[in-house]
Amino acid sequence: MDTRNIEVDILVIGGGTAGPLAAIKARQKAPHLKVLLLDKANVKRAGAIAEGMDSVNNAVIPGFATPEQYVKEITIANDGIVNQATINAYATRSYDMIKELDGWGVKFEKDETGDYAVKKVHHLGSYVLPMPEGYDVKKVIFRQLRKAGVEISNRLVTTRLLVGADGRIAGAMALDSRSGEFVVIRAKAVVLCTGAAGRLGLPSSGYLFGTYENPTNAGDGYSMAYHAGAELSGLECFQINPLIKDYNGPACAYVTGPFGGYTVNAKGERFIKSDYWSGQMILEFWRELEGGNGPVFLKLDHLADETVTKIENVLHVTERPTRGLFHEGRGVDYRKDMVEMHISEIGLCGGHSASGVWVDENARTTVPGLYAAGDLCNVAHNYMLGAFVFGKIAGEDAVDYVAGKEHAAVDAAQIEAERARIFAPLLRAEGIPPTQVEYKLRRMVNDYLQPPKVTRKMEIGLRRFAEIREDLARIKASNPHELMRAAEVAAILDCAELAASASLFRKESRWGLYHYRTDHEARNDAEWFVFVEVRKGADGRPECFTRPVPPYIYPIGEAERDAYDSLRVEAPATLAA
Amino acid sequence: MTAIVNQSVVSVIVEHDKCIADKGCRICIDVCPTDILALDASDGKVRMVYDECWYCLPCQHDCPTGAIRVEIPYLLR
Repeated sequence: MDTRNIEVDILVIGGGTAGPLAAIKARQKAPHLKVLLLDKANVKRAGAIAEGMDSVNNAVIPGFATPEQYVKEITIANDGIVNQATINAYATRSYDMIKELDGWGVKFEKDETGDYAVKKVHHLGSYVLPMPEGYDVKKVIFRQLRKAGVEISNRLVTTRLLVGADGRIAGAMALDSRSGEFVVIRAKAVVLCTGAAGRLGLPSSGYLFGTYENPTNAGDGYSMAYHAGAELSGLECFQINPLIKDYNGPACAYVTGPFGGYTVNAKGERFIKSDYWSGQMILEFWRELEGGNGPVFLKLDHLADETVTKIENVLHVTERPTRGLFHEGRGVDYRKDMVEMHISEIGLCGGHSASGVWVDENARTTVPGLYAAGDLCNVAHNYMLGAFVFGKIAGEDAVDYVAGKEHAAVDAAQIEAERARIFAPLLRAEGIPPTQVEYKLRRMVNDYLQPPKVTRKMEIGLRRFAEIREDLARIKASNPHELMRAAEVAAILDCAELAASASLFRKESRWGLYHYRTDHEARNDAEWFVFVEVRKGADGRPECFTRPVPPYIYPIGEAERDAYDSLRVEAPATLAA
Repeated sequence: MTAIVNQSVVSVIVEHDKCIADKGCRICIDVCPTDILALDASDGKVRMVYDECWYCLPCQHDCPTGAIRVEIPYLLR
């Protein structure tokens, strides 16, 4: 168990989407600073966009949408519980980021005049910009990392942040999952970009790695931010996605919708007005599946052959290119067959819902010097482009933060405690394999946290989670790879407890299926028009509290605010005979 | 994490005749997000050693000799 010590100015954890932009922008602003970007996989193919992306879901492009329209739509889609300042920080930078990425070589769809070919998928406005050749995003970004002189380190699994005696961030500790080394990184600022908690629920296939999110995104960042004392927000607002059944990946209605594809029930009837992923839409989806009208399908079989070919040329080459292989294996052809859909297990993901580490419009968390960006932070519906923008904001703000600062002093006991925690499974003579503990934990998450949320079930779930916490001390790992999995199980467990605690705390229903509580079925704006926050209490246990919703930049009119509540297609009134 | 021992159905299939890992190539091992590919000590070629595949395709797309074919894991097929 050798220790490697590294000292940098700015440490960026996570080499997927937000992280590379944070590192590039920090170096561009301050070429004299030492910026290290690390990832538990390989930055070249790390994160949610390892195989590219098939569309921008939230482009705010002049002529199609304004920041005001976008901020209002996202506010309405999230039942009002947003910090508009963060969404506006994204919206006002969205177009510039598209142009910058375009200049770097990322390919977005354009019409014959060279204008961006924006499509309408959202309930109200038009924000979807297809990326039919979006498979090269990571390669384009990697070239920029090289050009900016960012130092990169792969296969480092960060397990805890270092906090200085003065409460400032001081760095991080990591496990090298290849060499088994313990790595201590001292930094003046840390940007956390570790993605979603994608291994929280268990996919219905039972395959631990058959997740919607890249399974490297196990929820490490939520756990690290929590233990560093940061405030987390909206963890009761789960991520649940409508996905291809069994494949458990996107179908993807954002791509197929503009071509004429749509969602139908077993009778072949439309039941939702918009395929945009909101909690209310997922609730209608769930009702259809559970209410005797399922299965639910994505319908493309009415489209012209050449249209289907165009769709295949997007869906089968970008983001999740094995979609085509999956359909082929089952003999499904979009031209004559509908695609069976289901709703996924739960996860946490700011990029799709509205949960994560609390940040302000400068991407600052509540811990001085600690930033969060991308799916990990609580900027609602921020998606890929929002991750790029918040990465940029974080990287640039971190440069200002570290100016004139020394590294914070750190208590050596903090480092030794973490070393002991991380390596314990290797030193044990025998014990439970990490996969078994993970399987049981994630099955319990399904059993007790999958909405509809029931108070009694969540209370039992917390008891099971506490028992599994005892089991962490019995996990046996035989090599650094298994040690990584053991560390991930502890992070997943933290996420499960935090999600259950926040869900029990918010005594109302909100965000459609994401927080549908059978014991508190109605939305209660009088008492719960607030954020639910959680942080580590003085007793070391999760402590929930509320945070007011900041005054809106763009007020929402009474007539607008419920637009997302009426997503169900109503039966047409029958004419009297 | 489930280690693969004497298991014939894996989702990452490596054609041994085409694999050049014995000549020093490490590309697929490097790009795999879940780090499940490793050298087989017996012949120096690449093998899937953990049943933790996301069927994401960087290994197949980045292989310089086209030696890798990814299949959908059995439980999902």
